Amino acid sequence: MSVLAIENLSATLSGRRVVDGVSLTAGKGSFTGLIGPNGAGKSTFLRACLGLVPASGAIRLDGTDLSALRPAQRARHLAYLPQEREIAWAMSVEAVVALGRLPHHARFAAPSQRDKAATEAALTRMDLCAFRHRAVTSLSGGERARVLIARALAQETPVLFADEPLAGLDPQHQIALMRLFRELAAEGRIVVASMHDLTLAARWCDRLLLLEGGHAHAEGRPEDVLTARTLEDVYTVEAFIGTAAGGLIVQPVGLSQKKKEENHG
Amino acid sequence: MIIRSHHRASLACLAAACLALFLLSLTIGPADIRFSDSLQALFGSGDDLMVLVMQEIRLPRALLGLLVGATLGLSGAALQGYLRNPLAEPGLIGVSASASLGAVIAIYTGLSALFVLALPLLALLGAMLAVLVLQTMAGMDGRPLTVILTGIAISSLAGAMTSLVLNLSPNPFAATEVMFWMLGSLTDRSMPHVWLMLPFTALGWLLLLRLGRALDALSLGPDVAASMGVDLGRVQRLAVLGTALSVGAATAVAGAIGFVGLIVPHLLRPLVGAQPSRLLPASALGGAVLLLSADILVRVIAPDRDIKLGVLTAIVGAPFFFWLVWSHRRTGL
Repeated sequence: MSVLAIENLSATLSGRRVVDGVSLTAGKGSFTGLIGPNGAGKSTFLRACLGLVPASGAIRLDGTDLSALRPAQRARHLAYLPQEREIAWAMSVEAVVALGRLPHHARFAAPSQRDKAATEAALTRMDLCAFRHRAVTSLSGGERARVLIARALAQETPVLFADEPLAGLDPQHQIALMRLFRELAAEGRIVVASMHDLTLAARWCDRLLLLEGGHAHAEGRPEDVLTARTLEDVYTVEAFIGTAAGGLIVQPVGLSQKKKEENHG
Repeated sequence: MIIRSHHRASLACLAAACLALFLLSLTIGPADIRFSDSLQALFGSGDDLMVLVMQEIRLPRALLGLLVGATLGLSGAALQGYLRNPLAEPGLIGVSASASLGAVIAIYTGLSALFVLALPLLALLGAMLAVLVLQTMAGMDGRPLTVILTGIAISSLAGAMTSLVLNLSPNPFAATEVMFWMLGSLTDRSMPHVWLMLPFTALGWLLLLRLGRALDALSLGPDVAASMGVDLGRVQRLAVLGTALSVGAATAVAGAIGFVGLIVPHLLRPLVGAQPSRLLPASALGGAVLLLSADILVRVIAPDRDIKLGVLTAIVGAPFFFWLVWSHRRTGL
């Protein structure tokens, strides 16, 4: 049983402690949602796990300390989907997806059969085969997002970290993406994604980690984390929480009474 | 927009064009020598004067065209890839300006009149100093913006110092010589220039050509590149040192030749499917093709007037720059 264990992770950016002693355990086949207000430290938490910002604490996958690995080795365990969908040049869809194979082959080596198969599988899975020769810069936002997900899939890692993958997508793409993450987890991967849509988080994630001011405010099953009390404390909003179509609906409807008083005071 | 890359065929065509232009460059000059005679003379057989012209004048000129052109094209492609900015070029990081300052000091102090290689050596020293400052300022964080800003500051300072030297020059001839040198040219260079340049050029190329995969990964941004195992500090060192060594040596020998490093990667990007790693060798060949053509052109258009190479590349390059800005404005990139 693979387990990703993040213990007591802290990260400091320009003298400010942005992530402070956050721990998370995610088992094989799980999809964890990372939620919390803007500036709660979600992105920095993910970036710190990936070694993109200096951090203290331990990140273990099946007991292997990932932070002690060389970056290229770590890249075979962890794939990262950042919030920015930046692609600098008008490369073809296929070429961008194939970039995901970089951590797997030696410098100057030609792509192996395995590399080609992984690229092909990622293209097929994201329904991009018809686009393979198109320039990524000519695609719509949703299509471009699919290309970048395919790139991360081609990396064939047991763990996928996604930073606000739902941002800027229409409802159809959002639901398709959550379904994909569920499927990836069902295949035995560990998926951790930060998001702001609480209903989608509640309906699709197994567990939620709620961050506030760099601390873990709550962690557990969605119905336990997303309570009216917590939402008021952390997001300072009043929320409608109900059940419909076989799942939770969490819809913020106004600023909390506490917040209103602060504003008036 | 469909991309079907024919990059192998493109590379072969560029290499063939490069070879043809190199041979053409060898056979063009004021001395009237037949093509077959000139090639024989190149290898030391035939008339003594002809052998001298071929081996001491035309061969170094053609070789320098090849080396300088390839350097400018390669470093332009590498810097555009590293900085993820289509407007980047070798002059941007302050190496050309600092090399120019070194050369200008050599001319001003009269050292270049005493010792032929004083000029390229001081120019190289200038380039190395620029890199030292750049590395100290930009540090190890590998952030492109720091490199650009430091490069602009170095360029401005070196430019101001060059102006000061011109300003203080008591001798109008020295000032004219400085001006002409700064326009960039391959005229009157000799084999020692080639030998002086070669080790730095070779080392610089080696560093830049190792960037390929990292530049591909960087197309998706520094975070994704780092998450795929790319060491951003190493990428910065390779890009900055490689550019400094090769462009420093090129400027030391040929003066400041602008726009080649900017234009060539742009022209060739569509041919290689915009993939930065494939653009590196293509741009090196393309830079050589462009500079050899320009150097042939200055000899053909006005054989008696010695039009400077840098003037010609700027006259062709500046309108291209306008077009570039215009098309980027239209596509909103």
